Formats: sequence, C-alpha cells, structure tokens
Amino acid sequence: MSKEPLFSKKNKSLLTDPLDDNNPVTVQVLGICSALAITVQLKPAIVMALSVLFVLSVANVVVSLLRSLIPSRIRIIVQLVVIATLVILVDEVLKAFVYDVSKELSVFVGLIITNCIIMGRLEAFALANSPWKSFLDGLGNAFGYGWILIAVAFFRELLGSGTLFGYPVLENLGIYDLGYENNGMMILPPMALVTVGVIIWVQRMRNNKLIESN
Amino acid sequence: MQDLANIFIKSIFIDNMVFAYFLGMCSYLAISKTVKTSVGMGFAVIFVLSITVPLNYLLVNFVLDKGALVWLHDDFHDVDLSFLSFIMFIAVIASMVQLVEMLVEKFSPALYSSLGIFLPLIAVNCAILGGSLFMQERAYNNITEAIVFGLGSGIGWFLAIVGIAAIREKIRYSHVPPALRGLGITFIITGLMGIAFMSFMGIKL
Repeated sequence: MSKEPLFSKKNKSLLTDPLDDNNPVTVQVLGICSALAITVQLKPAIVMALSVLFVLSVANVVVSLLRSLIPSRIRIIVQLVVIATLVILVDEVLKAFVYDVSKELSVFVGLIITNCIIMGRLEAFALANSPWKSFLDGLGNAFGYGWILIAVAFFRELLGSGTLFGYPVLENLGIYDLGYENNGMMILPPMALVTVGVIIWVQRMRNNKLIESN
Repeated sequence: MQDLANIFIKSIFIDNMVFAYFLGMCSYLAISKTVKTSVGMGFAVIFVLSITVPLNYLLVNFVLDKGALVWLHDDFHDVDLSFLSFIMFIAVIASMVQLVEMLVEKFSPALYSSLGIFLPLIAVNCAILGGSLFMQERAYNNITEAIVFGLGSGIGWFLAIVGIAAIREKIRYSHVPPALRGLGITFIITGLMGIAFMSFMGIKL
C-alpha cells in the first residue's frame, strides 16, 4: 500500500464534509438528544461542544487502535466503556475548573455517553479505518455538531434574553428604547426544536440534494 | 400516596422526557414514521426504564453514594464512589437491554423484526440513561418513588412518540415545502407539541 500524505484530498473531505453535506445533526440526525437542552445560553453550549470534541476524537482514535482486538459480539460494551471513561474525565475536569457551568449542564455531561454521534461514528467509521483518519473524522463531526449548537445558542440567547455570553448587547445598542421586547418564548425548550427546524430548512434550500422525498 | 401520584403526573406531562429535556430524540426521530413500530418502541422504552431506574436506585443507595457501603462494614462510612456512577449505570442498562432483546426475540419475532436495529440502540437511548441520572440528581426518598418515576417517564416518552408518528402518517398527504420535508417539519411539529405540553405546567394534586 502506498503511503498517503497526511492531508490528502480524501482526508480533507473527512474534515469538511460533516460541516455541511453530511452534518451529524441536520443530516445524519445524530446527537440531538443532549444538544438542544443546553442551548439557552452560549457559554454552556461552547463548553458542551468542546467536551464532545474531546470525547469524540479521542474515542475514535482509541477504538480505531483497538479495532482488530475487539470481538464484534461485545463491541458495544467495549465502546461504551471507552466512552464512559472519557466522559468521567471530562466531568471531573469541568467540576474542578468551571463549577457553575458544570452545575448548569447537570445530567447532560453524563448524557454524552449516550450521545448517538459518538456511538454512531465509532460504529460507522472508527471500526473500519486507521487511527489518523478516525481522528480527522472525529474532529470533523465534532465541529459539525459544535457549529449547530453554537448557532442555536446564539439565536436563543440573543432573541430570548438580549445578551451574548451574558453581556447585554441589545441594551447597549439602545434597541429597548425603540419599544423592542425580549421574546421569552425563545428560552423555553420547544423553541430549540423550532430553531433547529429552521436551520435545517435554510440548509436544504441552499443544498438541494439533501431534500427528502416525502 | 399523593406524593406518588404527583411524581407520576409530573414525570409524564411536565418533565416529559422528549418535550422538556429532549431525551431519546435520536430514536424518536428515526422510528416515528409509522404508528405501529413506534408503539413497539414506546413499550420497549417503558419496560426498560421501569426496570433500570429502580435497579440503579439500589445501586446508588447501597454502593455508590457517600457512606452507602456501611451495610458491608463500618469502616466504609466515608467511601464515595459516585464518580463511578456513569459507568455503572451504563453497564446495568446495556445488560438489561440485552436481556429484553433476547426476550422479545423469543416471544414476539414479528416485533423483533420490525424494531430491527433499534432495539440494541435502546442501550444508547438518552432517555434511559437520562432517567437514571435524573433519579440520582433528584434524590428520591424510597424505591417506590423511583419505580413510579421510571414508569411515568417511560409513559411520557411513549405518548410523545406515538403522537408524532400519528401526525407524520397524516402529514404525508399535505403539501409541505420541499426543503422542510421529512426532518425539518418533524422538528417544528415536535416544537409545537412541546408548547401544547407546556400547558400542563404547574399541575399539582
């Protein structure tokens, strides 16, 4: 087998495809579970995206290294153990350094274990590819997940409470004086779903090949 | 008794797994194309939740919590194993799901073939692990409350998936903008259903 350059065209597309054409959230429909509940504000959303980035890329590499050793019958348990170990690490680190955010994320850090993105990528990619490719795939998918999370959180925080990272943007712009009111609805859980729905809508209008038949 | 009824109603309607916490969304979106399969999936979730939540409750209170190991020996009164809870919960859940899968395969092959790949996926259904984590966070007083909470959460999830499946079956005949078809419209309908469920907020017996 001839050696491939580290950033060959194929490897680059592993990194960029999940951003749009093969986005884990809006196209593969993975990882919505823990994604939506923590998007009321930007800060927890970014912490969540970074945690998933770490867990996904490391788990992908570990499983890819072990892939010839894992008997296929018990692979789910092995994968869960790898993921759970990484998530416990992330949880302890968050508790130690950003306690308030960790409190806010509550059970959702633990739910990274069952985040379907991670299981899905391990099953679909890491079990069949080399560690470096799996690492790129993990990074790409985590970025694809992260940007959706951050986009949703951006709109929800801006329209719902008029702040970004807790900084009162709209108040400083003087928009309230013109009679603008915050839309309290955006903070409530159902609007996260609608926001994602609208993102999917916009994405598919731009990208016709993603449209479903019915 | 009243407390139990309160927990039951609360876990079905107010703290609904899907609408309030977005748990179990992956299988919720993937399996809700027809009512029949979604009913099967819903029952599987109710069953697994009402078994794993009490099991994990016992685990928390007799093994993992600070001082929970006192029944073994007095020396253990300040041992705190709660950092292990994620891995223990997921082990209990994965083995229970394996068991349920074998039972369903034996007693209802038709249901088994229609659920297909999704039965093993219950192991990574966030609603199941979420149930156990919420149980730990809310610190229920006794095991009956934990059972009622698990059952109620399962029923809430069941209602949500059967509801969305019924709507999706009907919406096939309506004119949805092409870019919204499938996933997009499902998200928006789920949002609207969530708003409807919010009207239950504040109900207390």
